[in-house]
Amino acid sequence: MDYENSDRGDRTILPTALKILIAGGFGVGKTTLVGSVSETQPLRTEEVLSEQGIGVDDISGVETKATTTVAMDFGRISFGDDLVLYLFGTPGQDRFWFIWDELALGALGAVVLADTRRLADCFPSIDYFEGQGLPFIVAVNCFDGSRQYSLDEVKMALNLDPEVPVMLCDARKRESSKEVLISLLHHVMKGRGLTREPESVGS
Amino acid sequence: MTRPDAEPLWVDDEAGPVVRPYAMTRGRARPRNGFNVISLVTATRPVLPIDVGLVPEHARIIELCQQPLALAEVAAYLRLPLNTVRVLLDDLVARQLVQIAEPRPPATLPDDSVFEALIHGLREL
Repeated sequence: MDYENSDRGDRTILPTALKILIAGGFGVGKTTLVGSVSETQPLRTEEVLSEQGIGVDDISGVETKATTTVAMDFGRISFGDDLVLYLFGTPGQDRFWFIWDELALGALGAVVLADTRRLADCFPSIDYFEGQGLPFIVAVNCFDGSRQYSLDEVKMALNLDPEVPVMLCDARKRESSKEVLISLLHHVMKGRGLTREPESVGS
Repeated sequence: MTRPDAEPLWVDDEAGPVVRPYAMTRGRARPRNGFNVISLVTATRPVLPIDVGLVPEHARIIELCQQPLALAEVAAYLRLPLNTVRVLLDDLVARQLVQIAEPRPPATLPDDSVFEALIHGLREL
């Protein structure tokens, strides 16, 4: 009973749906990672924001109001009939925190993809997840010939909590992307052991 | 997957993302719900040949969601913005044509069994 209203009482058994965010700077390989491990090509969904971006149901002049379309790529991995994992790439534009909040809600955790040539690009993602208290790991995507720094150097440069795992990966390779996700899940489980709520409601 | 009606899909990429969704939802820009992107949508019955009051996109959602599908997947397959799909889901929920299952917050998972199942499943991929 992993859903709040799963008492359908008929033919369909609902799987448990979970999500992990894949964050990082523009062009760092988020969609590549999603695609390498998902069961289908990455899907794309969009959110349309007015420039105000806030919930004003004002339809007058909709046609002329400046709007911004924020695209998110995501993938799906099914495990049998009862478990589905969704991987959501976060939009690269850091100003769309509204969308990040929406994506982060109910997420298990996040992978921050980093490129050592542009390490600063992943600072906003790290700041965001630290602020949200969402567990994350850092995966350094090794582009050809780009490995200039050791993991310790990366860790130091990012000023990470020593508990946050930092690893190398190749987002194009399925096995490597799987290892990244498994590392994140181990990290999340470890954190749960420390902060587990004493009792859960309704289960 | 065939559409239940003969109307051709008259929007394409050039039509832009804004005008059509607003028209389809009769001007409603904001949904009443805040369904999670991984909320699972399941239709309660098949599409009928004539469903009075439904726009083709409503019928398309019912058709897609004969098996549970996440909100984000519905939006992706319909090529509509998330909030437009949420507005359409408001209509369908009101008419009890779909059921929405919101995901359980990970913090309330009773034990690590889901994590262990995910790790095992990923290793087996």
